[in-house]
Amino acid sequence: MTALISLTGINKYYGDYHALRDVDLEIAEGEFFSLLGPSGCGKTTLLRTIAGFEDVTDGVVLIDGADMAGVAANLRPTNMVFQSYAIFPHLTVAQNVGFGLRKSGMSRSDKAQAVQDALEMVGLGGFGARAAHALSGGQRQRVALARALILKPKVLLLDEPLSALDKKLREQMQTELRRLQRQVGITFILVTHDQEEALIMSDRVAVMFEGRIAQLADPQTLYRRPLTRQVGDFIGVMNFLPAQFKPVGDLITADIAGLGQAELASEQCPAGPVTGGGAVGIRPEILSILFQGETTSQRETVGQVIERAYYGDMTYYDVRLDDVDAPVTISMKNLIDRPVLERDDRARVSWDPRALVGFSD
Amino acid sequence: MAFGRYKNSEAARGLTLVSPPFFYAITLLAAPLAAVIMFSFWTQDFLTLDRTPTLENYRTIMTEPLYGTLLLRSLYIASAVMAVTVALAFPIAYFVSFHVPAHRKSLWLFLITIPFWTSYLIRVFLWKVILGYNGVLNSSLLGTGLIGEPLTFILYNPNAVVLTLAHAFAPFAILPIFVSLEKIDRSLLEAARDLGESRAQTFFSITLPLAMPGILAAMVIVLIPTIGDYVTPRLVGGPNGLMIANLIQTLFLKLNNAPLGAALAIVAMISVATWCITFIVIAKILMWLTNKARGLT
Repeated sequence: MTALISLTGINKYYGDYHALRDVDLEIAEGEFFSLLGPSGCGKTTLLRTIAGFEDVTDGVVLIDGADMAGVAANLRPTNMVFQSYAIFPHLTVAQNVGFGLRKSGMSRSDKAQAVQDALEMVGLGGFGARAAHALSGGQRQRVALARALILKPKVLLLDEPLSALDKKLREQMQTELRRLQRQVGITFILVTHDQEEALIMSDRVAVMFEGRIAQLADPQTLYRRPLTRQVGDFIGVMNFLPAQFKPVGDLITADIAGLGQAELASEQCPAGPVTGGGAVGIRPEILSILFQGETTSQRETVGQVIERAYYGDMTYYDVRLDDVDAPVTISMKNLIDRPVLERDDRARVSWDPRALVGFSD
Repeated sequence: MAFGRYKNSEAARGLTLVSPPFFYAITLLAAPLAAVIMFSFWTQDFLTLDRTPTLENYRTIMTEPLYGTLLLRSLYIASAVMAVTVALAFPIAYFVSFHVPAHRKSLWLFLITIPFWTSYLIRVFLWKVILGYNGVLNSSLLGTGLIGEPLTFILYNPNAVVLTLAHAFAPFAILPIFVSLEKIDRSLLEAARDLGESRAQTFFSITLPLAMPGILAAMVIVLIPTIGDYVTPRLVGGPNGLMIANLIQTLFLKLNNAPLGAALAIVAMISVATWCITFIVIAKILMWLTNKARGLT
């Protein structure tokens, strides 16, 4: 992996506020990379640091091997799609898209052709003469994309580009952005607070909390083997059950409240072997409810339904396992022969010990 | 009943709401204006007012060179005031909008308006004290030895009128420009930088065009009242600094020729309107040309 972007020991202070803490990060060429975290975690600050809108207090930013210290935003090989899209309201769509070509030294007709191509790439061919203020949210976003991509940057930075769109359009744009990225082969760095969006689109995701990278991994690892409870909780839904851990050879035995004894392989404790008190995490789809007459080769326990939410394709149950205070969430696909349980129904719950994750905290 | 329905309709409520200001506008703006227009078609024969409609007054204004000279000078002085005021107001508005922390902006605007709490007349007199032959400015310059004898080109001429009026109208120019700068989404400036523009280029390609509505508003707001100002030219203008409004005042109050004064007022009004429209059109054309020069229109 050749690192196109390399961040080393990045620290950023706003007065006393420590916005970025010892961030080390390498992003490869052609990668779709996401910075994911709740608001205020420093992900946008980190993106703006790469773009050149923020100075780092300490640390080195390398883009394609070149030190970016003191290099202004207009001289960096990066382009950005802003959260507000920042479409210039006094210019037409074509003028917006061609804005950055001014210094390219291209002839007038070449520029017009490039603008035309860029607009077609984002599905806005024929929109060139429109006034910028006459565009819908989705169209503005496409213009912002075309305007950034026309300059063929080494890195495209996207600051929550989909957060202003409605759900349907957002899902459509997620697929389209992914397709566009494969087509142009440019490194995309996406900032988002939407964990689903990060999982769907990215090759790799950095999860950030309080200015620090909590975990850096591909989407599957992130979902299956979160390093900390905080990451597991932020990505999707994770149930946590108190547990006592004891190492036995290569394995770790866990005595889990509500589930009983289980053996965890070492990779089920991604942050390293756990001993003593802690918790195990288990995803809602790993737990399943056994309906009348069903049997399982997996482990089994019992509990009581205290709440259910019917989503059409899925039903989410909150089940209080016997001897455990906090309920666990269980998701069940609504197959044709499956009943939907009511509140206070007793439920048999099966689970697979291979899917447990052990945490020390 | 149709009337009953009308009485409760939204339109009726709207009309009721606007009627007091509408009445106010009719009695205090439209009626006097109509009176002025009417007067301009009458003539004054010593003590009697001849109400026969005639274009005699307008003919006098067109043929007597005095009126044309004064009108042109007024337009020239007012335009100079406008240019100086807006040129000085823009940097102040820019500074407050872009470089003053958000929570201090209202304080700054408040401070900017403080000098204008004193009477307009007092401020003009103060300028006389500053600019006079033995005034503050001349004494200081003489004291430092920078000049050998008092400067005379700073008082009792058009320069003094421009200076005084530019100061008087500063807040009226600062506020609309400030508002238009405040409205600019800061991410637009970052986007321009991100797309390769330097700071200065960003200013000319984004900030200035987007601030243009405020700048034009400031120009109009300054131009229109300065053309009609007669206190400042009277006090600091000297013989060559007199403006059209001074003549209108003289015609009404001293020469007892209200009809000619009214006609002159109408001509002045039409001139200033034409001039405003002209430079707004020029500004629009300039903006269009700059866009075109950037290519890809």
